[in-house]
Amino acid sequence: MSLRLQAQSLACERDDRWLFQDLDLDIHAGEIVRVEGPNGSGKTTLLKILSGQLADYEGELFWNELPMREARDSFLSNLLYLGHAPGVKAALTPLENLAWYQALAGHGPDEESRYAALEEVGLGGFEDVPAGQLSAGQQRRVALARLLLTPRPLWVLDEPFTAIDRDGVAALEQRLVGHARRGGCVLVTTHHELSPCAELRRIRLGGGGDDVGV
Amino acid sequence: MSVSEGTLAKEVAVTREEPRGGLAVAVWATLKRDLVLLLRRRSEVLNPLVFFALVITLFPIGISPDPALLAAIAPGLLWVAALLAALLSLDSLFRADYDDGSLEQLLLTPQPLALLALAKVTVHWLLTGLPLALMAPILGIMLALPAGSYAVLAISLALGSASLSLIGAIGAALTVGLSRGGVLLSLLVLPLYIPVLIFGAGAVQAAILGDGVLAHLAILGALLALALSLAPLAIAASLRISING
Repeated sequence: MSLRLQAQSLACERDDRWLFQDLDLDIHAGEIVRVEGPNGSGKTTLLKILSGQLADYEGELFWNELPMREARDSFLSNLLYLGHAPGVKAALTPLENLAWYQALAGHGPDEESRYAALEEVGLGGFEDVPAGQLSAGQQRRVALARLLLTPRPLWVLDEPFTAIDRDGVAALEQRLVGHARRGGCVLVTTHHELSPCAELRRIRLGGGGDDVGV
Repeated sequence: MSVSEGTLAKEVAVTREEPRGGLAVAVWATLKRDLVLLLRRRSEVLNPLVFFALVITLFPIGISPDPALLAAIAPGLLWVAALLAALLSLDSLFRADYDDGSLEQLLLTPQPLALLALAKVTVHWLLTGLPLALMAPILGIMLALPAGSYAVLAISLALGSASLSLIGAIGAALTVGLSRGGVLLSLLVLPLYIPVLIFGAGAVQAAILGDGVLAHLAILGALLALALSLAPLAIAASLRISING
């Protein structure tokens, strides 16, 4: 079974303004889909709709040919969503934060893989420091460690490059490409210019108007 | 950060079915996480307890130190003060999770949201309702509560406050998306608290008068059973509505 996320004539209205209308999407395994557009053009909203968080839209969503309503459970167990807010508790250490996410994903406690994931994202030595004492970029890295910790085919990432330094950005870009090449799928919004590669596809959302080009 | 090829390749290539067996793990981890979080922010745990103690301390000063008068109103006073103390702590139940984005992660897990929410409510009761119930007999001494009703007071509060936490969590879930949901939360939840208050205070009153308390406690237990079976579903639905807004 390969992964396929489809949207048919998707439309969303916010405050009497169409963010997008008649948006058809077909996202396959092995793709990096970048959603582009100016601030307020509905990138985050589109990502939230596509990750099944918002029900306030018109059109149909399909996961592996099944309507989203029927396939929700299977969809959620294939999805890894990282939102605007990193979802990292300031009072918990990175290790404890990841332990919760690991358990939510249905995995037993596995401290070794958590140490390994934190080491990979450059937080070696910060495992037991409360996340509130880490910098914004480091907190973002704690969230990004989930990409390594929880193997899920579909990644939906909302501005994952925020507050990450240059080396980190390059490594994360490499990781996204690697994920797509291994048969995963990445849906990402970012203002950072991704270096062109065969897997990359763009979706452009208009700046508040009706025009939506794919 | 470097890409480690190969290790995840097999798992990524095919879409996975849901790991149902992980439910117990997820619920346990949520319980543990919330307990650790609240124990690290002790002021939030202590706030309702201090409020409870202060209110009860002020009544003999404000009304009259006459033991007969105080004993007559003590059951109601203790119950009302405990109820308001529990209400005070409700607003923060989902607020922090909403603000830092972990609530949306909670909603995106393949595990049933109702049970994860129940784990959060359990922690709320363990650190609010249960301490209030244990504290109440000590404060009862201050109100000259007649001997023999102390155990009933603690039991009725322990049972009742669990219902209060469950019902209140529905309101907290509905108002979590609002920046100032505190007043609205009280308005939503207080009418639903009244049955619990009536039978809780009634149990203590009955113990003082020497009547049978079991009927009152049984009704409190029935209310708890009802809340336990329906409230988690309502909390889950409310959280989804709040996140949608």
